[in-house]
Amino acid sequence: MSAKSTDRLATAGLYVIVGMIITVLAGLLGFVFVQGIPQLSWQFITSPPQVFKEGGGVGPQLFNSFYLLVLTLIISIPIAIGAGIYLAEYAKDNWFIRCIRVLIEVLSSLPSIVVGLFGFLFFVLYMGWGFSIISGAFALSVFNLPLLVRVVEQSISNVPKSQREAGWALGFSKWETITTIILPAALPGIVTGVILASGRVFGEAAALIYTAGMSTPIIDFTNWNPLSPTSPLNPFRPAETMAVHIWKINGEGIMPDASAISDGAAALLIISILFFNFTSRLIGNVLFKKMSAN
Amino acid sequence: MKVAETRRQTVIQTESLQFFYDSYHALKNINLKFEEQKITALIGPSGCGKSTFLRTINRMNDLIPGVRTEGAIWIGDENITDTSIDPVELRKKVGMVFQHASVFPFSIYENIAYGPRIHGENNKTVLDNIVEENLRSAALWDEVKDQLHQSATGLSGGQQQRLTIARTLATKPSILLMDEPTSALDPISTAKVEELIQTLKAQYTIVIVTHNMQQAARISDFTAFFLNGEVKEYGQTDKIFNEPVFSETKDYIAGKFG
Repeated sequence: MSAKSTDRLATAGLYVIVGMIITVLAGLLGFVFVQGIPQLSWQFITSPPQVFKEGGGVGPQLFNSFYLLVLTLIISIPIAIGAGIYLAEYAKDNWFIRCIRVLIEVLSSLPSIVVGLFGFLFFVLYMGWGFSIISGAFALSVFNLPLLVRVVEQSISNVPKSQREAGWALGFSKWETITTIILPAALPGIVTGVILASGRVFGEAAALIYTAGMSTPIIDFTNWNPLSPTSPLNPFRPAETMAVHIWKINGEGIMPDASAISDGAAALLIISILFFNFTSRLIGNVLFKKMSAN
Repeated sequence: MKVAETRRQTVIQTESLQFFYDSYHALKNINLKFEEQKITALIGPSGCGKSTFLRTINRMNDLIPGVRTEGAIWIGDENITDTSIDPVELRKKVGMVFQHASVFPFSIYENIAYGPRIHGENNKTVLDNIVEENLRSAALWDEVKDQLHQSATGLSGGQQQRLTIARTLATKPSILLMDEPTSALDPISTAKVEELIQTLKAQYTIVIVTHNMQQAARISDFTAFFLNGEVKEYGQTDKIFNEPVFSETKDYIAGKFG
């Protein structure tokens, strides 16, 4: 076969593969949306679920998903950035650092149910936080950190060496170079990593069943005192998320419209992820402008 | 007094400078003097130590693990190889321009204002003036004055290199080190940067590493020929190019090796 026809064949092969992936993705999203979007209504998005009757919503679950995500990111982003900076800029290449890298790899391939059981034993029981948002947020941080650390490290390492040298040559200290040149330059990569991690948090159910719990107490959305037990912001209350709710009503939902609710919730979950994706890119752009200019 | 006069004119002086990468002896007994407001070109084949030497002058080599410096480098009356010298402070006085223009992925304005701001200047008017003044010094102002707040990465290669020169000037160094500043540029941009280097001579002491013999001959006052980690020959550029003492110098300049 001539080089030209091999080239054509390879190109055609790649198009077929891409086409297959797009078909599967479009089919999946299309199915979820066609089934789910008709179920969506303002009432569905805002009202609490019903156990026996029709017409329940997923308001608290939606709020819980976002709140848990925010708490998880507040815990895990600073740690991941610190660890990423250390691994990319300070760590020497020796057996200790190699061990740490292997451990991070192992941790990132840990099944989420195992992380959930660890969270149950450590955060729920040992720390005594019970089934709560805070237990869930810490469990998800454990689940997320390996991915985030790797992405941050990679984004920082990908900033060309010439940028560091340029900073040093201008009389910036190592720390000034990292915070004012390297981090802004690495920010787009870091934002992508955060979005990936957030997608996993949104969709995660197994790690949350034993940590954030499968129930939501009656919460009062007019009460924003984080210490009050009925406040949505109270981190020590149990909180069922969207993904857990979908899993639960599919297994043991006894309301008559269970499948409609699970369809709607699935569509809502995907829309939420898309929404979060766009807003975090927007925030990333603003942050980049802020860090790199006045 | 003759001694006092040479002391005033010599800005950088190295005394038996030795440099090691682990066990590799990269610079052997370098004794060189660089005069104020002159351009000195460092030439020599790849791997001869000229870039390494350049980087000892602002202690950029400190950032490589496993290196060791012996001997002295006097800048004014300070020995900058001394451990009491803060390399970060040193690099504010000894600016460096690299082979590949590494503009920061920020606006043109920010690329220049960054150094002064990190070093504590926050007044907007002062920063505006610094930006304009240094862009003018780098002969870039007229080309970019209407797009100061656009990304610097959109500039051409030659403009980017002049921007990094302006950025370096903005930290107010007295010495400029240039590591092959035009080797990645097209001939027209090269001519512009060379012209710029000539005008900067009035205010700065310049040491430039170059692989381009014509460039060394065109712009420098003094030339040092490096070979295998040693200075083989050093003197006025005219003399080195027209009547070199050593046959190696002659062969290298004629393009027979390197």
